[in-house]
Order: sequence, then C-alpha cells, then structure tokens
Amino acid sequence: MSYIRAENLSKQYGSSDAAVMALHNMDFTVESGEFVSIMGESGAGKSTLLSIVGAMNPPSSGKFVVDGIDVYRLGSEKRTDFRREFIGFVFQSFHLVPYLTVVENVMLPLTTVKVSKKRKRVLAEEALDQVALAGKEDRLPSQISGGEKERVAIARAIVNDPPVILADEPTGNLDSTTTHEIMGLFQRLNQEGATILMVTHSQDCAAYAKRILRVSDGRLVEKDI
Amino acid sequence: MNLRDIAFKNLLRRKAKALFVLAGLAIGVSTVVALISFVDAMTENINHKLEKYGANILIVPKTENLSLTYGGLSLGGVSFEMQEIREQDLIKIRSIKNAANVAGLGPMVFGVVNVENHRVLLAGVDFEANWILKPWWKIDGTIPGENGVVLGSETAAVLGLNQGSPVTIKGRQLIVSGVLKPTGSQDDQLIFMPLKTAQAVLNKEGLVSMAEVAALCKDCPIDAMVKQISDVVPGAKVMAIQQVVKGRMEALAQFKKFSYGVSIVVLLVGSLVVLVTMMGSVRERTEEIGIFRAIGFRKSHVFKIVLLEAGFISAAAGILGYITGFALTKGAMHFFSESGGASIQPSLELVGGALALAVLVGLMASVYPAYLASRMDPNQALNAI
Ligand SMILES: Nc1ncnc2c1ncn2[C@@H]1O[C@H](COP(=O)(O)OP(=O)(O)OP(=O)(O)O)[C@@H](O)[C@H]1O
Ligand SMILES: [Mg+2]
Repeated sequence: MSYIRAENLSKQYGSSDAAVMALHNMDFTVESGEFVSIMGESGAGKSTLLSIVGAMNPPSSGKFVVDGIDVYRLGSEKRTDFRREFIGFVFQSFHLVPYLTVVENVMLPLTTVKVSKKRKRVLAEEALDQVALAGKEDRLPSQISGGEKERVAIARAIVNDPPVILADEPTGNLDSTTTHEIMGLFQRLNQEGATILMVTHSQDCAAYAKRILRVSDGRLVEKDI
Repeated sequence: MNLRDIAFKNLLRRKAKALFVLAGLAIGVSTVVALISFVDAMTENINHKLEKYGANILIVPKTENLSLTYGGLSLGGVSFEMQEIREQDLIKIRSIKNAANVAGLGPMVFGVVNVENHRVLLAGVDFEANWILKPWWKIDGTIPGENGVVLGSETAAVLGLNQGSPVTIKGRQLIVSGVLKPTGSQDDQLIFMPLKTAQAVLNKEGLVSMAEVAALCKDCPIDAMVKQISDVVPGAKVMAIQQVVKGRMEALAQFKKFSYGVSIVVLLVGSLVVLVTMMGSVRERTEEIGIFRAIGFRKSHVFKIVLLEAGFISAAAGILGYITGFALTKGAMHFFSESGGASIQPSLELVGGALALAVLVGLMASVYPAYLASRMDPNQALNAI
C-alpha cells in the first residue's frame, strides 16, 4: 500500500453556470520518503491538487488516503488535527503573521500542542537553525528579506516534524543562489525522511525531485519523468 | 506561545480598535455603575434620614375631638374625657410578627398642670427608650430619677428654673435634674418626667396617651407593622410617620426604574460597538485566520482567540468603567445631596459586578464574530496556498 493514495479525484469550483472543473479524475500514489514535483501551466490545477493533499480542500469526488487515513472522511476538527500532525505547508506567498516575530511565526503550529513554552521556543530555534536564520528570531516579517521570509515559512512547516511537506512554488520570486540553497534544504529534509510534494514552474527546481507529476487542464498527463 | 499570547499580541497591534471596544464597553459599564451607586447613595441617604427621624410609628387613642397637637400630628384631645391606651396593651407589641424590627417603644402620658402659675403640658416619658426614639435630645444635667423632671428649654426660661431648682407640681416636691437643649420642636415647651411619676401625678396609673415606636431598619414592612400593632392594641390609632419619606422613596423607585432602562440602552449600544468592531477586525484578519486554520488550529481554537481578545478588553473596560462610574457618582453627589449627608464608598461588590457585567456583555457581543472567524475556510481564506 502506498503512503499517499489519490483515487479518482475531481474538484469542481462553483456550481452550474459558474462551475469550473479544476481537477478531472486524478489517480496517483506517492510513497513515503518520496520527493515529487508537480508541474503544469498556469491554471492547470496544481494549487488545487496541493490543497487537497494538504487536507484543506475537500474534493468533489474521489478518495484521498494518507497513511491509511481516509482524510476527507474525517470530521472537520479531526481533519484539522490531521493537518497539524501530518502536513507542513510552505505557502507560495509566505503567509507569515505580520505582528508575530520570526520565532513566534515558526512556533505557530505548536501553539495548540501541549508542550512547555520553553520547549516550543527550543524547537522553533532548531527549525530556524536548519534554515540558517539563527540570530533573526526576534525580527518582524516586515524586517526581513523575501528569501528570509521563505525560509521562515519553511521553518514553520518543519517545526513540528511532519511526515509530509507541501510547497507551492517556494522559490517563485527568489534569485538563483537562494533558490538553490532552498532546494538543497528540501533535499536534506527529504533525505531525513520527509515526503515532499512541491509545485514549481522551474525545470531546475524540478530536477531536485525524484519524480515529476505533470498536470494539464486538470488532468494528470505524466506520472514519471 | 499559546492562544492567549496570540490574542494579546493582536490586541497590542490593533490598539485603535482595541481602544474603541474598550471605550464602548467602559462607557456602558460606567453608566451602570454610576446609576447604581447613585441610587444606592440616595437610598442610604433617605434611610439615614428615616433613622434620624427616630419614632416612625405613632400609637394614639382613637378619638374625634382634637385639642392638642404633638410633633405636628394631631393627638386625641388631652382633656378629662380623653380616652387613654392601657399600658399593658403595649406590651403585646413585643410579640407581633415583626417584633424584631421594633428598635424602641416609648409610651408617653400627657396632662396639663399648673406650675408657678403657668399652665404647662406635662409629659411622662420612658427616658431609656428616648435614646433611640429621640436621638437628638441633649440634656444639660442628668436623666431624672423618680422625683426628677427635665424642662424644655423654653419652659425653663419662662418658669425661670434651671438644673437643681426645686419645683412643686400638684403638691409633689420635685427637682429639676436637667434642661433639654433647644430642639426646635414642641419638646422645648414641655415638662418631662418619668412615666410612672407622671401617671401618678396625673392620676392615670396604667394609662398612656400615646406611644412612639421606632422601626429601625431598611425596607421595614412599615405598613405590615402598622397593621400588626393595630391588631394587638385595640382602641388605638396606629400611624406611620412616613409620608415624607415615602414620597421620596417613591421618587427614588421611579428613578431606579428609569436608570435600569438607561443602563440597558447604554449597554446595548456598547455591545453593538463591540459587535461591529469585532466583525470588522475578524474580516480584516481573514488571511491570518486562514493561516491558523491551515496549520492546524481547530475551529474552536480560532473561536477562543477571538473570545480571549474580547475577554481581555472587556475586563479592562470593567475596571475602567467602575473607576469612571465611581468618580461620576462622587461628582453627582456634590450636587444632589444637601449637607453632604450621603457619601459613597468604593464597593468591592460593585467592582466585581462591573467586571462581570463588562466581560459578559463583551463576550456575548463577540460570540457571533468569533463564530464567523472560526467558520472561515482556510483554503478560501488563503485564496491559494
Ligand atoms: N476558489 C476557487 N474558485 C473558483 N475557481 C477556482 C478557485 N481556485 C482555483 N480555481 C480555478 O481552478 C483552476 C485551477 O486553479 P489552480 O489555482 O489550481 O491553478 P494552478 O495550477 O495553481 O495555477 P498557477 O500556476 O497560476 O498557480 C483555475 O482555472 C482556477 O481559475
Ligand atoms: Mg497555483
């Protein structure tokens, strides 16, 4: 049994006249510890796919299973718990909370976890260390660069050590040096056991992954390189 | 970091909004506090006056012909054919249902006597009971013994007597043991002696002309007591010296009702301010709430954050509202109370009440915004991950 299993996934946004079919009958599997990149033209449905994998966008039909858990049959709060425990998100536009410092942003996924404040801080600092941001803990998001925000977002995604990391164009607006640093980081996390799904437009970035899922017009056109 | 920290940090970031909510609630709470403590102080004031009044129930014989007044109240005629109350009937007052509220019982006997060629009204009183019934009495000298008398200040002047002077009444040798300081009442024109002596002098053994009852308590069921006393003392007319006080109480009760109305309206407006501000704040924070939800905050966690914020401000508004309300009342009392008779003290109960009220209103007004926040769909809130 594969670790992640999508069976016949479809997603329709809106209804009747305004209906948009973002995904058509998608089937794919991802094994534990894989590093998969998702490519496709703009509007192809990559973000939609990633949000379904991320347990926060119920598909219109089909089944989605992670580690034997039928994710969309979980109740809403249970699915939230699943997100917290299984998924680390790296959002395309960072989505840092502006009034929280770097270290507080990284601690966010631990907020509702029963761990001492001290321990939370230690975990957050370790995560920041991994993305080479030690020393900038107490800055606000507005006081750091784009590449640094990206790394804060990654640190936040990995702070609670989730088995699955999802990233939507993590290097979309970074220079090539920073891009490669970040790709190197993903590679390392993958080597340490994380299953990674990454949306990217860049062949260079996709090359870091072991496999490419190609999406076009809501359909999977190619499952392997 | 926990939910509380997040709530607190968000408040600090949106100071203007927080202050707006704070002001909205604090105004409401201070109005309520001011009205309550004002009404309380006025009630206190009236009760104080009521107590200073001393006797507040009079027991007089049932009789038609009026020839004498005492204390501004018509008494039965003090004449030879006047009906009297039997002293032993009065003892039953001690066993009425509200006997516990009877703080003092003062039987009096009246009669007109000739002293040094003047016709003077003689009153036999219970000097012990008078401490409660007439707390304003100040005697120059001592309380009379069996053969002593106390003169009203005018009587003393007219008769040319003072403490220590011998005086003969109906052939009885008596001594002036003291002179009453001017009271501004009819007492100044009387001669007082112990009840027993007066009854003997006036040949009215076992009889009294009237009795005063002090029912010293807040919210005494005066009307019920009047009824109870009438029942046990037949042939007597029982009246409450309440007209003035009652009138004021009624006015106060009206004001109380009015102030409840005002309180409700002001609190309603305050809660609307909270509701609208919190709704706006929640809407503004769509992205942030989306992030929370996406990274694993449950709906209930988001709900809690919003309520915690509301709770923090509301508690602050409660304290601020109490302080403002208290200050307002202090100010108002300066204008409304004569001679500073009423003063207000800070009350821990009211602090607690203000706090509870503010938090209750603040939380209730925030439930809907908090619900909206918790219901936000993370995917939509973030538009796209
Ligand atoms: N919330 C939504 N409501 C309606 N339609 C949507 C919604 N989200 C996405 N879509 C539509 O679904 C299709 C797939 O969108 P999606 O965001 O998944 O594309 P994408 O592959 O991520 O594109 P890009 O590379 O530009 O980010 C598009 O046609 C888009 O307009
Ligand atoms: Mg996209």
